[in-house]
Amino acid sequence: MSIRVIEEKCNGCRLCVRACPFGEISVEEKLAVIGDGCTLCGACVPACKFGAIEIEVERAKKIDLSQYSGVWIVAEQRRGKLQSVTFELLGVGKELAGRRASELSAILMGHRMAAAAGELIAGGADSVYLIDSPEFEHYQDEPYSRVLSRLINKWKPEIVLAGATAIGRSLIPRVAVMVRTGLTADCTGLSIGDDGHLLQTRPAFGGNIMATILTPRHRPQMATVRHKVMKAAPPDPARQGNVINVEVKESDRFTRAKVVDLVEEKEKTVNIAEADLIVSGGRGLQAPENFALLEELALALGGAIGASRAAVDAGWIPYSHQVGQTGKTVQPKLYIACGISGAIQHLVGMQTSDVIVAINKDPYAPIFQVATYGIVGDLFEVIPLLVNKLRRR
Amino acid sequence: MKYSLTEEQEMIRDLCRIVADEKIRPVAAKYDEEQTFPWDVVKAMGDADLFGIFIPEEYGGLGGGVMELCIAVEELSKACGGIALALAGTALASFPIILFGSEEQKRKYLPDIAAGKKLAAFALTEPNAGSDAAAIQTSAVRDGDCYVLNGTKQWITNAGEAEIYTVFAVTNRSKGSRGATAFLLEKGMSGFDFGKKENKLGVRASATGEIILRDCRVPKENVLGREGLGFLIAMKTFDQSRPGVAAQALGIAQGALDEAVFYARERVQFGKPISSFQGLQFMLADMATEIEAARALVYQTARAIDAGEKNIAKESAMCKVFASDVAMKVTINAVQVLGGYGYMKDYPVEKMMRDAKITQIYEGTNEIQRGIIAANLIKEYARKKK
Amino acid sequence: MQIIVCIKQVPDTTNIKINPETNTLIREGVECIVNPFDMYAIEEAIRLKERCGGKITALTMGPPQAESALREALSLGVDEAVLISNRAFAGSDTWATSFTLASAIRKIGHYDIILCGKQAIDGDTAQVGPGVAAHLNIPQITFVKKIEEVTDRSIRAERMMEEGFQILESPLPVLLTVVKEINEPRLPSLRGKMKARKADIPVWGPEDIDVGGDQIGLNGSPTYVAKIFAPERKGSGKIFRGDAEEAVDQLIHELRSGKLI
Repeated sequence: MSIRVIEEKCNGCRLCVRACPFGEISVEEKLAVIGDGCTLCGACVPACKFGAIEIEVERAKKIDLSQYSGVWIVAEQRRGKLQSVTFELLGVGKELAGRRASELSAILMGHRMAAAAGELIAGGADSVYLIDSPEFEHYQDEPYSRVLSRLINKWKPEIVLAGATAIGRSLIPRVAVMVRTGLTADCTGLSIGDDGHLLQTRPAFGGNIMATILTPRHRPQMATVRHKVMKAAPPDPARQGNVINVEVKESDRFTRAKVVDLVEEKEKTVNIAEADLIVSGGRGLQAPENFALLEELALALGGAIGASRAAVDAGWIPYSHQVGQTGKTVQPKLYIACGISGAIQHLVGMQTSDVIVAINKDPYAPIFQVATYGIVGDLFEVIPLLVNKLRRR
Repeated sequence: MKYSLTEEQEMIRDLCRIVADEKIRPVAAKYDEEQTFPWDVVKAMGDADLFGIFIPEEYGGLGGGVMELCIAVEELSKACGGIALALAGTALASFPIILFGSEEQKRKYLPDIAAGKKLAAFALTEPNAGSDAAAIQTSAVRDGDCYVLNGTKQWITNAGEAEIYTVFAVTNRSKGSRGATAFLLEKGMSGFDFGKKENKLGVRASATGEIILRDCRVPKENVLGREGLGFLIAMKTFDQSRPGVAAQALGIAQGALDEAVFYARERVQFGKPISSFQGLQFMLADMATEIEAARALVYQTARAIDAGEKNIAKESAMCKVFASDVAMKVTINAVQVLGGYGYMKDYPVEKMMRDAKITQIYEGTNEIQRGIIAANLIKEYARKKK
Repeated sequence: MQIIVCIKQVPDTTNIKINPETNTLIREGVECIVNPFDMYAIEEAIRLKERCGGKITALTMGPPQAESALREALSLGVDEAVLISNRAFAGSDTWATSFTLASAIRKIGHYDIILCGKQAIDGDTAQVGPGVAAHLNIPQITFVKKIEEVTDRSIRAERMMEEGFQILESPLPVLLTVVKEINEPRLPSLRGKMKARKADIPVWGPEDIDVGGDQIGLNGSPTYVAKIFAPERKGSGKIFRGDAEEAVDQLIHELRSGKLI
């Protein structure tokens, strides 16, 4: 694949310079020159009114896309319990399968997971591929990726989705390499395009831009999906489905990196990604001890404590509380942002909350642009008032 | 303007900028408030080799000169003029060793300073000898292989935190200005104690304190130069170090201008950013112009010193006077630009204003500097024909 | 101990914005930096070397100017650096990137530990590290927050999970991706910067690492970016100003009528 400027057609009008997302085109002596940082994204081709830029695509070996059908989701279990992201995957997977007029299957790896297989069917799966073996009790990269790759190569699903969790983001990249296909990380939007391809939309550049990504020539189309963005369907215990027991081979069990222990951190008992109400603090709190104010408010409302990157970077509160692009995405019913200016990287982690309340003394803070309700004022005055009034009633 | 810095000078500037942004700016207000010594930052500065900038390569340094030191001090002072003093004060105390130390003294003291393992302090000022340095009372009396020092030094930068002290004492009162001698003292010597720690208006992250010498016995090997050279050493040191003070002032001023412009662009009143008001624009323009003029003078003087120009006292005094006066004026105006917010400790400009004041006072008040400038000027003209 | 650190030069995304009219990135005044997560990888490599001895090689794929990222790594204490740069690599997605890096690592030959940042802040995919491990067919430990123990044959490390951490043991060679909890990166030193300035950095193209065709660059990339656009923002809601007590009352009223509290 290569890009070239057709010299006869180019008149140096600079339309392409403006269109290039990467600032890689310059005009020298009335001729567009494409820099080495060109990613061949193609933005310049339609921008040129004179048809002077062309990208030649050497047709790669064609894979017969029609062999592939069905949507798979990779169920995530910890200590035998299905994680909520799994049901969100079923929710979006069901929609996609509907659009493709195909079936939704779940891949479940673990030990003594038969009951969980039923939950997956209730959540929308038409069938469940069950890998049930003691060696699969805890997630381990090598056995999980080996089995999943084998199943993909055998059954040829069209789409494979997993949660963009620590496990999903460790497992799926290995599998994508092993089955030689495309993978899109941390998607916040999935739909089927007119030509039948999966449109995978995700934030990039710290949430400052959104990108829609395609896997046009390879199958399956694989993606990890951000937690708390997709909606789970309400469970239907009456649903029927197949459970396919997958035979575990001796060689499947082999692993070099071994899990020797699992430690749960008490401090993280409240998983903010699961909370319905979050009180979150940022730089405006000024000092770590001022998180006590938020704790009072959270206690009065029965919520969890979140934080902006600024507060975490300052060492005021552990990373597990961080909301945003590099922290957790949350989607509570009520999100109260205190002393958080609302940098874009924070907004991407919380703007899908049902109701957002912002308390900030700077009326121009960007957080107010996403707020449902806002109070312009000093949080050291507002929060104690709020706590008192809530307690009184 | 880029001032045609060498690649190494740019490297020093870039590195100091990183140290300032990552290590100093986040804690500047804290140390200002607490008035404690910023050892964590000083350690980071040492790890970055900043204390080696002004020390010759053969003694473990990087072989830079006054210009390189000025670049570093300016950059660090943008974030905190007080923390930058740990470096500038150490440089001030090291110059006597670099300029007049014996080979042995240099080998003994300079490598540890360059590595950031030990700070140094320069101890001249006394309760009754400020601008009139010749009035120092601290005495040093020869006793066999030692000198016995008695007296009190006051307002000594890095006092208590430094390991190495350049101390000036009178060895022969009858000789007047030729009767003083410079000594190298080490923390822990018997009879060497610290007194009051000062509570200051500005540069509060810098340690300023008293040194009390009670029959402190100092081996004769620790005399710098030789007996009687004390004042010459002090004056030659100041000629080298004044651009450093000027660079500190310059950095404080630049830091204040940066804050003022950022604020003026963001602050909206009457529906417009205040940077669109001409009255404020003129103020910013004057601040920027004066800073640039100060920088040109400081850099030019530093380069002249490094090029080995003699009789630099006048220019050296000029850059100290000018830059420190600019710093005072610019920081006051920066507070004005920020208005009520500028007066509050939530913003850094009120601290910069407090920090700026000392640069007009220490290492020779600006009145003393003007005296030096005038004396040199008149002397020059005495030789000229009309 | 032979250590390889894979790094990436990225635009400082905290300053990046999109022009809503043209849907293109505004890159004016946006600095290029070493991906912050890779700084932790570099620091951990240096600490491992300080503990176990050995050599650190930093590796990056990118345009010619990515060399400055390698110089920064050298200034911190990395011993050698290699730049993988050629127009043929342009447009690589995570599959092609991890394939190319893995091929370069094979050419370097001996390695015990490969360190990567957990993800790059421009793409935020976190896929290249595990991808490299898969291409090299070596074990991986992702999201490492602490290396507990390392010998010349094995490593024991803590992997950060949502609700705690796993402790894993792996034989060497292994690939680790690290999170920021693992250490506090040092700043460069002047001496380091001077050494880095003079260092010789080889540039490898496809023929140097014996790759080409449909495995690298855009041809080797199963995914492609169909479009980019600015994220949507919610409209402004009700903002209460003035007296704090009144504002708090109004807020509580709104939240109660919405049955939120």
